[in-house]
Amino acid sequence: MHRVSIRMTINGESHTVETWPMTRLLDVLREDLALTGTKEGCGEGECGACSVILDGRLVNSCLVPALQADGARITTIEGVATPELHALQRAFVECGGAQCGICTPGMIMASLSLLEQNPQPTEEEIRNGLAGNLCRCTGYIRIFDAVRQGAVR
Amino acid sequence: MRSNVAAFEMRAPRSLGEVLDLMAAEPGAWRPFAGGTDLMVLFEAGKLDHRRYLSIWQLGELRGISATPEAVTLGSLTTYTDVLRHETLSREFPLLAEAARNTGGIATQNRGTLGGNIVNGSPAADTPPALLVYDAELELVSARGMRRLPYREFHTGYKQMQLAPDELLARIHLRRDTARFRQYYRKVGTRRAQAISKVCLAGLMDQAGDEVRIALASVAPVPLRCVRTEAAIVEGRDPLASLAAEISPIDDIRSVAAYRSRVAQNLLREFLYGG
Amino acid sequence: MQRTGCGIPRYPDRNMTVVGKAVPRKEGREKVTGKARYVDDLKFPGMIYGATVRSPVPRGRIHDIRFGPGIPWDEFTIVRARDIPGANHVSLILDDQPCLAQRAVNHAEEPVVLLAHSDRYLLEEARRAVTIEIEPLPAIFTIEESLARRHIIWGEENVFKRFRVEKGNVDAVWDTADIIVEGEYTTGAQEQLYIENNGMIAIASPEAGVTVWGSMQCPYYIHKALKPIFRLGDDQVRVIQTETGGGFGGKEEYPSMIAAHAALLAWTSGRPVKLIYDRAEDMVATTKRHPSRTRHRTAVSRDGKLLAMDISFVIDGGAYATLSAVVLSRGTIHAAGPYDCPNVRIRSQAVATNAPPHGAFRGFGAPQSIFALERHMDKVAAAVGLTPEEFRRRNFLRKGRTTATGQVIREEIDLPALMDRALAESDYHARRERYAVENRTGAVKRGIGFAAFMHGAGFTGSGERYLQSVVGIEATADGRARILASSTEIGQGTNTILTQIAAEALGLPYEQVEIAQPDTSEVPNSGPTVASRTCMVVGKLVESAARGLRQTLSEYTAGTFADVVRAHIERYGPLRSYSRYEAPPGIFWDDEDYQGDAYGAYAWAVYVAEVSVDTITYEARVENFLALQEVGRVIHPVLASGQIEGGVVQAIGYALYENVVWRDGRMANSQMTNYIIPTTADVPPIRVVFEEIPYAYGPMGAKGIGELPMDGPAPAIVNALENATGLPITGIPVTPESLMQRMEAAHA
Repeated sequence: MHRVSIRMTINGESHTVETWPMTRLLDVLREDLALTGTKEGCGEGECGACSVILDGRLVNSCLVPALQADGARITTIEGVATPELHALQRAFVECGGAQCGICTPGMIMASLSLLEQNPQPTEEEIRNGLAGNLCRCTGYIRIFDAVRQGAVR
Repeated sequence: MRSNVAAFEMRAPRSLGEVLDLMAAEPGAWRPFAGGTDLMVLFEAGKLDHRRYLSIWQLGELRGISATPEAVTLGSLTTYTDVLRHETLSREFPLLAEAARNTGGIATQNRGTLGGNIVNGSPAADTPPALLVYDAELELVSARGMRRLPYREFHTGYKQMQLAPDELLARIHLRRDTARFRQYYRKVGTRRAQAISKVCLAGLMDQAGDEVRIALASVAPVPLRCVRTEAAIVEGRDPLASLAAEISPIDDIRSVAAYRSRVAQNLLREFLYGG
Repeated sequence: MQRTGCGIPRYPDRNMTVVGKAVPRKEGREKVTGKARYVDDLKFPGMIYGATVRSPVPRGRIHDIRFGPGIPWDEFTIVRARDIPGANHVSLILDDQPCLAQRAVNHAEEPVVLLAHSDRYLLEEARRAVTIEIEPLPAIFTIEESLARRHIIWGEENVFKRFRVEKGNVDAVWDTADIIVEGEYTTGAQEQLYIENNGMIAIASPEAGVTVWGSMQCPYYIHKALKPIFRLGDDQVRVIQTETGGGFGGKEEYPSMIAAHAALLAWTSGRPVKLIYDRAEDMVATTKRHPSRTRHRTAVSRDGKLLAMDISFVIDGGAYATLSAVVLSRGTIHAAGPYDCPNVRIRSQAVATNAPPHGAFRGFGAPQSIFALERHMDKVAAAVGLTPEEFRRRNFLRKGRTTATGQVIREEIDLPALMDRALAESDYHARRERYAVENRTGAVKRGIGFAAFMHGAGFTGSGERYLQSVVGIEATADGRARILASSTEIGQGTNTILTQIAAEALGLPYEQVEIAQPDTSEVPNSGPTVASRTCMVVGKLVESAARGLRQTLSEYTAGTFADVVRAHIERYGPLRSYSRYEAPPGIFWDDEDYQGDAYGAYAWAVYVAEVSVDTITYEARVENFLALQEVGRVIHPVLASGQIEGGVVQAIGYALYENVVWRDGRMANSQMTNYIIPTTADVPPIRVVFEEIPYAYGPMGAKGIGELPMDGPAPAIVNALENATGLPITGIPVTPESLMQRMEAAHA
């Protein structure tokens, strides 16, 4: 099978990658573009560690074939700090929302996506918005705190 | 990632017509690929047998939700998020909204489509019970033309469906006659969110009790509309016994038949009598 | 070399400037920006990828290995057992576990062949194309089958280890006891499910030796294991920890296996090799928590005093010995809990089955035996006609009393007061009364229950002495202090708390202290990052190394730390202060009889769980949770709470959601979609409360807390479930299916 040319805007920058049409977007980011902030935790769309924002919507990049990302605008964790930390990132550090950190990039993308739709979420709405992001370290309690704090600022 | 990515082909034709022509030229050679939330999981597990896909995600013709006074029509690429954001759907077809809310997490809801949920043919899928009790109608298209089919006739066996190799599910039609019903949807999964259903019941009943519709997931090889149980309810016979006889749940990796059967009956009891 | 034990440091409670404060996590910025580098983020020039071909059957004789058609095998690096340059075993306590199976396999997914290639996708096809011809042999999968000894699969009797603890004379009590209560309790396997899968990168050759980078908890365990496999000396093996995405024990011993595999492929190919597991492989092939079966026989007087406890504790170790002896040890010592009982016998065994070897998981035997104990104490209370709390009040340990191993409690711990506080803060009595009334009607039943327990920090008995841990602190010419230790950051906060302790002890700002990346060529062996020892034991060494540094610099009276250090370095060269572990005075432990001071310090806790049970779906949920514990000293309030909250949620999974489905000795539900851990929608509000009785030999008084929160939730939750439903549940996980079965049986 032959490779295709995929053009994407990632964190505001244009990129063109030659790859197979069904290469996972996750691998395009990590391998072709050395954007290793987005993580693989399960390869089955369950853990959310690979979450990115694609055309304004949160998606699991392990479930998106490269061909379907052609022409897309994508935001990854590398695009969040400006390089000043986003209020949400600061909150994750201060509140203890990140322990081992492997779920953190995806968790932050999911939180950002939530806050974009809903700037003042209730705890119920935070739980619902992050239900697709698994964390094994924190028990989530301090992640809720971090999202609340990141929302206020 | 257990598949050899290089061995797979995917194209993204610009129009529905192009997709249908390709599917007609070699029936079965190309399979449609929508949001990928089912197929990519199989792909990564090394279990995706088919090798050639046509991405349909980019086809505007298959998107959009439109309404007339009689019906709401959903493009097959309607995502769960699209369902949740549509005011009329949430109001008049709350079971569909409830199913969408209960599917995966936000990321899955943004990419999963109703068409994919139907055509994947899993008996555990979340939207079919709602679509079954709403008596949804499917619109299937091919290069040969278009046909409509009551959804309750679509699934014919485990992963078998009334879909020719050159056909695509294009639209889902819902009649706007739900106002007279009391509506119920309850999914029982392995946890509160992001769970495959162990059993799921959708029900509609009118005020007089003359018309009742019951459909379940995960209790048969197909999403099941329980017509015999519906008749039992209307005719005043034991609905729970009827349900137990009508469903055929199995033991699998998530649960056991005895649990599914008992909980299905409990859900029916809750629907009929309030628990 | 600065030794500990030269005076007990006294720290005025609130005068500390760094310890006790919520300083920013040392590597927090890297983690929230995606800049932290985990092993799969690294790429080396010329790097190729590795994969492992594994046994499809749980037990058998290997007859042949066939490489199927359609794969360009000449492009592949292939390693089999016979290609191992040195010894074919992964050293741990015993040397019984092969690095690659040669003539026989003893568990499903046992590694047999290693492959490497530059094309990751082709590698997967190749993995599928290797066939291992195995003649199956009868396999055993349960504790009962192992003890029945119809098939001997390990040693003479399928027994890895036995312990026997005796206190007083249990047998003399039965005939005269007022009440005797028996019970049997079981716990299932549990997968650690760190979100970062196991992975290693290796560069290796006979000339350059072996270097590995990877996800790990214990660099020096890997270092020790690699040497005999390649016949190399200490200086020829180098192990470097990359940012590690969770461990929980699952990366204590297993990384030695994957490091060896990556190194073998690198050695053979001459290229750097990256070997990363995907989730399914990690779940089926690596360690899990030991399943257990505990039997209690308890004699108690009519007024509720414990007279005798006879406990049988058995754990399933899987196919090889690995760490089962130590898991058994901890489970055994914790089996009789925080109770004052004059006669105790604990007989314990770790037995072999044909499952992939079970291993370390937070708690390490204690969650298993404490589950049984705390369930049983509620049962005994009911038999005597006392409430769970009154029964415990009459039997709690206190200062001057002795544990099952004869350890005298030396601190002013007031367990009745701790329990009363936990019950008051959780509104326990009022809710229990209210639920009793409300449960008469309605589909959802509610209950509240609690568990009381302690957890020993550090290695058991003589273990810390045996480890001889060393920590260094280096002072640099630019005025920074750098901690040198092999203790790893795996999310729990090692980097942060050790730098806090050093900063406090040195009188430096937190920002001026850093910690070196664990690299065996750069840092001394401060022991493994396990056993709740990093804060208490290693932190204490950091504190004393810091004091040693201060003492060295005390002759300089003028200038900043930087000036003073620069002056010293100019005169004497590099400035490093080391501290080696010395046992606190008065700690005696007898390894033969398993008697004496098992642990230097215990953290004490009472956890309260509120549950709901939906009788329509048989789903149980934890609705509210209070975790109250005494921990010596809280070094970092956010990190300490985070440890408790995270552990509680893992234990909620252990109790209600996490079920390993075994088919022919293999985990059948090896996907995150079917192995269920709690999501944000499943966790209750969790309140964490700390009390502090400073421990003299912990840094600033701190004890260890990493594993503590794993012990209490499961029995508290099941005690609450019994309160809600009246069902005497004796096994976990309590799945809705099992709850339904019990409810139907009860109604029949």
